[in-house]
Amino acid sequence: MLQKSKLISICLGLYIVWCIPSATLAEKINIAVASNFAAAIKQLIEKFEKTSTHKIQVSFGSSGKLYAQINHGAPFHIFFSGDQTKPSLLAKNGLAIKSTQFTYALGQLVLWRAGNPSDNKPVNRKTLTSIKFNHLAIASPKFAPYGIAAMQVLKTLNITQKTTKKLVLGENINQTYHFVASGAAQYGLVAMSQMYKINPASYWEVDEDLYQPIKQDVILLQKAKKSKAALAFLKFIQHEDNLKLIEAFGYQSNLDKAPLVD
Amino acid sequence: MPKMISAKFILEHKTNGSNDFKLDVEFDVSSKGIIAIFGSSGCGKTSLLRAIAGLEKNATGRFSLNKKVWQDNGTNLPTYKRSIGYVFQEASLFEHLTAYGNLNYATKRVKNLSRLDDHETYFQQIIDLMQIEDLLPKYPAQLSGGERQRVAIARALLIRPDLLLMDEPLAALDTARKHEIIPFLLRIRNEFDVPIIYVSHSVDEIIKLADHIIMLKDGKITDQGDVATTLSKHQYIGEEQNQTGAVLNATISKHDKMWHLISAEFDGRLLWLSDNQEKIGQKVRVKIMAKDVSLSVGQNHQETSILNHFRAKICAITTDTHPSMKLVKLKIGDSVLFARISAKSTNILNLELGMSVWAHIKSASILS
Amino acid sequence: MIFSDADLNAIWLTLKLATMVTFLLLLIGTPIAWWLSQTRSWLKAPLSAIFALPLILPPTVIGFYLLIAFAPEGPVGHLTSFFGLDSLVFSFWGLVFASCIYSMPFVVQPLQNAFETMGNRPLEVAASLRATPIDQFLSVVLPLCRSGFFTATILGFAHTVGEFGVVLMIGGNIEGETRVVSVQIYDHVEALEYSQAHYLSAAMLLFAFIILLSLYIFQNKKTSFGVRL
Repeated sequence: MLQKSKLISICLGLYIVWCIPSATLAEKINIAVASNFAAAIKQLIEKFEKTSTHKIQVSFGSSGKLYAQINHGAPFHIFFSGDQTKPSLLAKNGLAIKSTQFTYALGQLVLWRAGNPSDNKPVNRKTLTSIKFNHLAIASPKFAPYGIAAMQVLKTLNITQKTTKKLVLGENINQTYHFVASGAAQYGLVAMSQMYKINPASYWEVDEDLYQPIKQDVILLQKAKKSKAALAFLKFIQHEDNLKLIEAFGYQSNLDKAPLVD
Repeated sequence: MPKMISAKFILEHKTNGSNDFKLDVEFDVSSKGIIAIFGSSGCGKTSLLRAIAGLEKNATGRFSLNKKVWQDNGTNLPTYKRSIGYVFQEASLFEHLTAYGNLNYATKRVKNLSRLDDHETYFQQIIDLMQIEDLLPKYPAQLSGGERQRVAIARALLIRPDLLLMDEPLAALDTARKHEIIPFLLRIRNEFDVPIIYVSHSVDEIIKLADHIIMLKDGKITDQGDVATTLSKHQYIGEEQNQTGAVLNATISKHDKMWHLISAEFDGRLLWLSDNQEKIGQKVRVKIMAKDVSLSVGQNHQETSILNHFRAKICAITTDTHPSMKLVKLKIGDSVLFARISAKSTNILNLELGMSVWAHIKSASILS
Repeated sequence: MIFSDADLNAIWLTLKLATMVTFLLLLIGTPIAWWLSQTRSWLKAPLSAIFALPLILPPTVIGFYLLIAFAPEGPVGHLTSFFGLDSLVFSFWGLVFASCIYSMPFVVQPLQNAFETMGNRPLEVAASLRATPIDQFLSVVLPLCRSGFFTATILGFAHTVGEFGVVLMIGGNIEGETRVVSVQIYDHVEALEYSQAHYLSAAMLLFAFIILLSLYIFQNKKTSFGVRL
């Protein structure tokens, strides 16, 4: 009997010791991130967790899917969307806090051909306009931000008609990337952020005047209003060094910051 | 050269390890009447029948019917090219067809082989023979076991086979149904010129039906020949327990009008039986069950109610199905008889091999 | 009309795909199921396992490998270009091919079950009545195993209609070519067109229910039902 009560008191003691700091200092938050930002966010989280006691768990997906999940009560604290519309919609529906919305990155489109770049002609604007390919992979222009931008490129170049039958649509930019990487489609209009390990000779950075900037916004969700960790992470993202890091992943950073209040 | 069935088969069944089975048989028989293949279950009789039909893919050897080779070195006709009719143990009618549909299945295919103008009459002859007119519109599920088997037999006949194979066609039927079918089988033997190979483990059926018998044990032929001659040499096990007995070939020799008896003569001895209007000189098969034979060693054998006594010699004593009982094999002249007596009596009477005893036959029956 | 032209296109395409696949699978699956039901070869177990793989594998695995195989540099891609055929990737026929693979067990298993339940006896009887092997199949196997064929047809069709993952991965979401109903619903959801998604989803739900209902009604009528899952 004595031993049992001793054991219980020890356990209780350990529990209290373990609980106090986690309640007051460290917090665990979940964030939803558009899949094109996957590589960058991983590094950002790693860096953040080195200087903070907070822990961040990340879920990737297409912005549309994540949006639907949040709409139906998914327990996320922050939403890194691939566009501006969905964070705005969430704010309008009262599920997110409008004042916390800001553009964390500007996506850039590249025309990419998989395979060995040396034994092929260079990839450039002409590659696109000459249309000497069977399949051009783009993200779905119906909902994926990079897909919408890709269609704008085709329209500006006046080749929408000629390419209609050659387009294959990925459900998101990652699947579009995979269509090209597997060799199934020769070319793809994919995200610059996906090119960080790719030989620059095999892709062409699509001229910015050919499409509207792909503004990717982040927003703090209503549920996380009081989360110190979430706010800390948003502030962390806005830091100059970290915006540079985002740039290194193939985005342009935007300095149109939201005034974050503690 | 008479018409012959000539067969030799080797067939091995690999049944996981322990009891591998090997069929190794060779026989030549005249291709007429009913040839019975007899043996207990697992002796390979069904395998032999299937090999003849070409249903055992691994059976090697040769088979010819009236000089037509079905199987030999380099030849192995598939079943559908062998001119057989096959009646399976359980009624194997096609469930999706009516009885008529089942019969028609056969006639359609035999018609394809040759245009037969006597088809209508042949068809009707078989319907009448098997008495299945009323069953024709019914589905197999609506028929009794006996009815199904009659339709199956009719179907096998309708294909106009050169050889009819029957695999225990009565085994799945109760005694009453068996008696219902047997006359049909006899009429087939008498009215159609088609040899029948008939597999059975029932001595009763074989005695009633068969002309020739091939006895199988553990995949090998132990004996063959005329049914009564062959059966009388061996002890046999009847369908029911305690039905061990023997069969004697005998000839009716005398009538005893006063006591309504007849005598059946075998090996120069007379066996008195109830008179059932048998004719003098008629050849009969007499079945004597082992349980109906008792033994004595004294001299006063006449002082009993039993009518038939014969001097016999003990040639074997074996334990019967129950440890309390012994089966004694006796020789009366050249004929064999069995007596089923208690083990205790064997001891009291000091029965030994080679001993001479009196065999008292309580009852015997004429089979054909 | 609650369905847009694109929706109707997707429905039509789905029905076309499922019909084609079911037809092909009955053609290919019957001999396979037959062989599996008859053989005693040691190959039976490994081949059964291979044909049953799509039951277990996530569609993404099949889709991933098929995409690589279909690519111009992949094995199937080489084969199609060798015979001067169009590449299978992002094409209707690519979907047909892929669907045949992932719907295979839903056709083979009920058939194999039906064949095994039927056993060899009816065939032996037919052979003893001079029926050639083809004759045996048509006059005995088909009618006796009709419930197996019915189940195989229904399940093969239904599963092809219901597949999503593989189609999404190798189809490329092209209207009139590879955008089937399941992908169209996904598109609607992604584009936040929830009411459109509702209509199509409800239609699919109804379809699935009717299919299963007819299967179970038939199953109650027939004692032997062929699915072994």
